[in-house]
Amino acid sequence: MSKVIVHALYDDDDKLRDGARRVRELGYGINEVFSPFPVHGIDKIMGLNRTRISICCFIYGCTGFSLALWMMSYMLIYDWPIDIGGKPNFSIYHNIPSWIPVLFESTVFCAAHGMAITFLLRSWLFPGVSPKNPDPRTTDDHFLMLTTAYSEQDVNALVGAANATGAVEVKQVASNDSHH
Amino acid sequence: MHQDSIIREPLLLGKKTYHQVTEDIARPVEGKANKYWWALFFLAVIAWLWGIGCMAYTVGRGIGTWNLNRTINWGWDITNFVWWIGIGHAGTLISAVLCLFRQRWRLTINRSAEAMTIFAVMCAAIFPVLHMGRPWLAYFVFPLPNQFGSLWANFNSPLLWDVFAISTYFSVSIVFWYLGLIPDFAMIRDRAKTKSRKILYTLFSFGWSGRAKDWQRFEEVTIVLAGICTPLVFSVHSIVSSDFATGVVRGWHSTVYPPYFVAGAIFSGMAMVLTLVIIGRKVLDLEEYITIQHIETMNKVMLTMGSVVGIAYFAEFFQAWYSGDPNESFIYLSWNNAKGVYGWAFWALIICNNLLPQVLWHKKIRRNLYITFILSIVINIGMWFERFDIIVTDLYRDYIPSTWTYYSPSWVEVGIFVGTIGMFFTFFLLFARWFPFIAQAELKTTLKATGDLFHNPPRQPKSTDFVADHGTHAAVENVH
Repeated sequence: MSKVIVHALYDDDDKLRDGARRVRELGYGINEVFSPFPVHGIDKIMGLNRTRISICCFIYGCTGFSLALWMMSYMLIYDWPIDIGGKPNFSIYHNIPSWIPVLFESTVFCAAHGMAITFLLRSWLFPGVSPKNPDPRTTDDHFLMLTTAYSEQDVNALVGAANATGAVEVKQVASNDSHH
Repeated sequence: MHQDSIIREPLLLGKKTYHQVTEDIARPVEGKANKYWWALFFLAVIAWLWGIGCMAYTVGRGIGTWNLNRTINWGWDITNFVWWIGIGHAGTLISAVLCLFRQRWRLTINRSAEAMTIFAVMCAAIFPVLHMGRPWLAYFVFPLPNQFGSLWANFNSPLLWDVFAISTYFSVSIVFWYLGLIPDFAMIRDRAKTKSRKILYTLFSFGWSGRAKDWQRFEEVTIVLAGICTPLVFSVHSIVSSDFATGVVRGWHSTVYPPYFVAGAIFSGMAMVLTLVIIGRKVLDLEEYITIQHIETMNKVMLTMGSVVGIAYFAEFFQAWYSGDPNESFIYLSWNNAKGVYGWAFWALIICNNLLPQVLWHKKIRRNLYITFILSIVINIGMWFERFDIIVTDLYRDYIPSTWTYYSPSWVEVGIFVGTIGMFFTFFLLFARWFPFIAQAELKTTLKATGDLFHNPPRQPKSTDFVADHGTHAAVENVH
């Protein structure tokens, strides 16, 4: 038997969680879940790793801080020290209190935009990208779980799990994807 | 899953299911605008065009067309700048600060409040750029190499901090707002009946599919952005207040300014949110989403912030008097100002910001839409006067009596202000027609905790203890 993707459509997030849990208990993996809103806990049931995007955000923030510090010390201390009202212009140490606002804003600027760009890149979201959800109802009030069956026995187990947990529609789609 | 306390009123009325939420949020986008929308839009565009004319006149003739003078060198321009920036703050407060505090009532108003933030900051930015006199040289505020050799921007100046603060605030607010909009655009895309709508919202939704990993990242990004926007919003108005507080002008040179400005910003911003959502919920038929309870909660925030501002006024007034310094006794909050030629502006501030909002201590008034609406406009006027008083009435009695003077705006200054109001409402009306007005994806996550369809049946009170509370809830629904 060729590979079959089982599409189990639910109309409730709790039922989806039950279904996903049942599939995992039977020892199968879950290819993908499409949902209209974040279903809390589904990532753990599916066995997804925790996202590292906040670590990226921290690194971008540190970059922003360093760039701003380098920029201000180059411009105001090294390249062209300006004497304004006798304020010290010869050392970073003396200038840093009045640089705090720009340091802070640059940190936030780089952290926020870097994280947003990373998110869009990693999830491949751009104007012009065509959506991947197989059923348009999954942005409204339905929840779709995709699982892979390699044999008749798998199909029976996965369809059975979906039906037992209250799926409103169960479809079997033949897959041509050979390297899943 | 998080469960709401049984004695809390449901935040979402009308027994909404997930699909009903989709229908209700998509309706304004998919339907046709009614004649009130067109009338308001027409008015707003006319006002905006008038403003553009006044801006062009200012740029063409120079800021001599304004009535600023040597003593009062900041007038309506900077007043309007601070006013608009302040209004923007409530949007970030609702979407970021209340997100960190897990306040679920924010979910039906955060989208429109963030839109308000973005449009308000756009309006604000117009004023300092025009006040430069030669706005085509506005790029000088950025630390760029220029034709005068290595003359860089002065990073010790609060005016430059403002450039960084406001550009960061504006761009980060747009990103925060747009990321939240992506799943909602996808919802409209997937139910679009016409080809043009399908193409438009496919572009807008960046190909969002709602995969589990995308949602996981989405949630992490949202909470981290909320975390970094919270200090950002406080920093922005603190820095705006430093424009004044670091200046050696009596009345301005005051350490209370940063917290006092932030509180004032939230106060005026909340008032603007109320003005907008009281109309929006009616026009877009979203009264079951933005309920009387939401209005009451916002009124409570407004009352709290108004009291903080009131205490700051009192502190300023007391310090000016207690210092015994004759110079200090002419600041914007002093008897001499109250009795002087700008007394009308002083009393407008006290009445609009301190006296009238006191009626909000009554629950009945907090839940009354008409009074709340009028009050929200009164507070916005009051907060405009606060900035006018700080700027003009701290300047008009200069250090030498021979320089004492008076200032009232020219038609050009008034025109530019009216123009920014027109621009703000033009953008807001377009937003209400083309963008989902409520963050429906996020709202659906809390439907089971806060919607009345799920709120009551599974958790009927067993004892009679809660009957009184449920009685209140029924009464509220009837009023509604």
